[in-house]
Amino acid sequence: MKKIFLIGWKDVKLVFRDKAGLVFMLVAPFALTLGMGLITGNLGSSNNSVISDIPVVIVNQDQAQIGDTLVAVFQSDDLEELVDVELSDDPAYARTLVNDNEAAAAVIIPDGFTESILAQEGASQPGGPVKLEVYSNPTRPTSSGFIQTVVAAFINQVEVGRIGAEVIITQLLENGYIQPQDVPVYAEKIGAEQAILAGNQNVILVVGITPTGEVVEFNPLAYMAPGYALLFLMYTATNAGRMILVEKREGTLPRLLVSPTTATQVLSGKMVGSYMTGALQMLILIAASTILFQLIWGDPLAVLILILASVFGAVGWGMLISALIKTPGQAASVGSAMMLTFGILGGSFFDLGALPDWVETIAKITPNYWGQVGFYTLALGGGLAQIVEPLLALTIMGLVLFIISSRLFKQRGLIEAK
Amino acid sequence: MAAILEVKNLVKKYGENTAVNGISFTITEGEIFSLLGPNGAGKTTTISVLSTLLPPTSGEAMICGYSVTKNAMDVRKSIGVVPQDLALYDELSAWENLSFWGQMYGLGGKALSSRINEVLELIGLKDKAKAHVRTFSGGMKRRVNIGVGLLHKPRLLFMDEPTVGIDPQSRRAILDSVKDLNKEGMTILYTTHYMEEAQELSDRVGIIDHGELIALGTQAELTRQVGKTDTLILHISENDDPEALAKTLRPIKGVTRVDVIDHTLSLIVPEVEKVLAPVVSKATETGMRIASMEIHEPNLEAVFLHLTGRALRD
Repeated sequence: MKKIFLIGWKDVKLVFRDKAGLVFMLVAPFALTLGMGLITGNLGSSNNSVISDIPVVIVNQDQAQIGDTLVAVFQSDDLEELVDVELSDDPAYARTLVNDNEAAAAVIIPDGFTESILAQEGASQPGGPVKLEVYSNPTRPTSSGFIQTVVAAFINQVEVGRIGAEVIITQLLENGYIQPQDVPVYAEKIGAEQAILAGNQNVILVVGITPTGEVVEFNPLAYMAPGYALLFLMYTATNAGRMILVEKREGTLPRLLVSPTTATQVLSGKMVGSYMTGALQMLILIAASTILFQLIWGDPLAVLILILASVFGAVGWGMLISALIKTPGQAASVGSAMMLTFGILGGSFFDLGALPDWVETIAKITPNYWGQVGFYTLALGGGLAQIVEPLLALTIMGLVLFIISSRLFKQRGLIEAK
Repeated sequence: MAAILEVKNLVKKYGENTAVNGISFTITEGEIFSLLGPNGAGKTTTISVLSTLLPPTSGEAMICGYSVTKNAMDVRKSIGVVPQDLALYDELSAWENLSFWGQMYGLGGKALSSRINEVLELIGLKDKAKAHVRTFSGGMKRRVNIGVGLLHKPRLLFMDEPTVGIDPQSRRAILDSVKDLNKEGMTILYTTHYMEEAQELSDRVGIIDHGELIALGTQAELTRQVGKTDTLILHISENDDPEALAKTLRPIKGVTRVDVIDHTLSLIVPEVEKVLAPVVSKATETGMRIASMEIHEPNLEAVFLHLTGRALRD
């Protein structure tokens, strides 16, 4: 185990002492994010978005103050360029539009939604909970995530208002300013005002709600930054795979193999080195973008776990390249091609929702895709529970690729000394 | 002395190409054994098989009592390898390189630090310990390359053409350090295509060509195969006529051949001591001045030429 770590750590030192490599690993993704931030005007602020004309279907079965206000929010001037709203009375039709990829999400406001929040006539407390449904299109994670966030932000504002109203009414009751039979009247009045207030909030300052209830802002750079970080993570991963071939050419691999070190230890050490390098790269990029761009990546533990899983998947591809390719030059060419292809497929450059379904299906073989989905979910306020699918996909991807690579190494005698 | 290495009918083929063709030899503990041969003769392949990097096609080799095919790990612990090509990490310092490789051989802690200092002293790079290897000259890199092979004090050290492509000063330092290591008790298998190095270092020499061991023995044993023929070289003044002197010297009893190149005469003689006086006397009689004189005894180059019909560097 010690030798595996030593081989891995030696590789980390070599990579971080290679100035040209560092430019690709750290400077390039950072510069791209910075450039995109300047172009889109999103640097350090969150008032604009690169997302536009998201098709959304709203079914308002509530037809009361809060439901109407939510519809009004989506139809407001603030969201005019961002969303393309279609109103419908039929939830099934709305879901069909999403299923057919004609809408990014359907927002179904159920009957009694307002009632569930506001106390009604004859009741001193609000009605029971009613489920507001945001039916998301899984092939448009960015767009549907945006709709969810708008809804979540609105609900959050309403909830804040409701609690405030409850407190006010309770105090009025306790102090004898109003009678119990007057509660529904006052509740409705305050609730309606709160709903209007919620609707007036600048919802484009998209907020997500974390599982703990903490409110976070979403900055579109939080979509770009992980995209570029994942893009250049693939560079690091494929470059690390190339390093095995370089060591073979330079004679250090044969030298390792005539020392009392097994071929398995050498291969494992190379994998550990690639893994540590990739993880360090991602951590540095995320820390730097958090400090300099004020990006909020989400739950730190979940972000860390997602980094580790993304690197695992990416390194798997790097190992496969080194197992299949014979020379460092070929590996560099294939690695660059793979980095760009995976970047395009995986959503590092634009929202996957804009691509045909079959492209997104193919994209699922890339760590970029799953990493992007995961980081975006976390940036919108999701937690570990919401990124189980990306984590599983990345882990399985890494495992399968490591097994295939190890077998190829053994078959080709690339690493086996005897 | 016990045999530390025994090679029996070792064969290594790459497809149809036979790189090593049934060689057999032994090395006893404490000796320097040289494998001498031209480029492509099979020296590096032999080292690769003996160091367990490549499996033999057939045959067997035992190192310190361990089979290279069956006990590879035990063999690796017993040997040190100095590869022909530099096998170092340029972006690491000399100390970091030695430390990394030392740990690969199971060294650690104070013992490793102490040993690194000893090796740096031995290779003359103690003052450059913290410098990155990429900043080193070719000769300095070669010395670090050797240092890595010595770290764990192997019983048997394989040195595969360690002086290729370096300056005379570095070569001298390396040859001296090989002798020093041997004096300390290390057994060395040294491959080279430089006849002078094999002659200077070796207790015994194996001459390898086209994958076959064509001669094996001490230098004296090998040169006896050529026969006792010395070469007497005479350099005469530029004002004198070499052809006239050659004509005078050819009739001397014991001189079998005289060749002239510019103002240098080369005399082939079975026993130089018997012709030395008459040669000087004849030169004086004809009024020629011998500026300098060299006596060349039979060497490994001559042996190789005798056995293959080719010069060693062909």
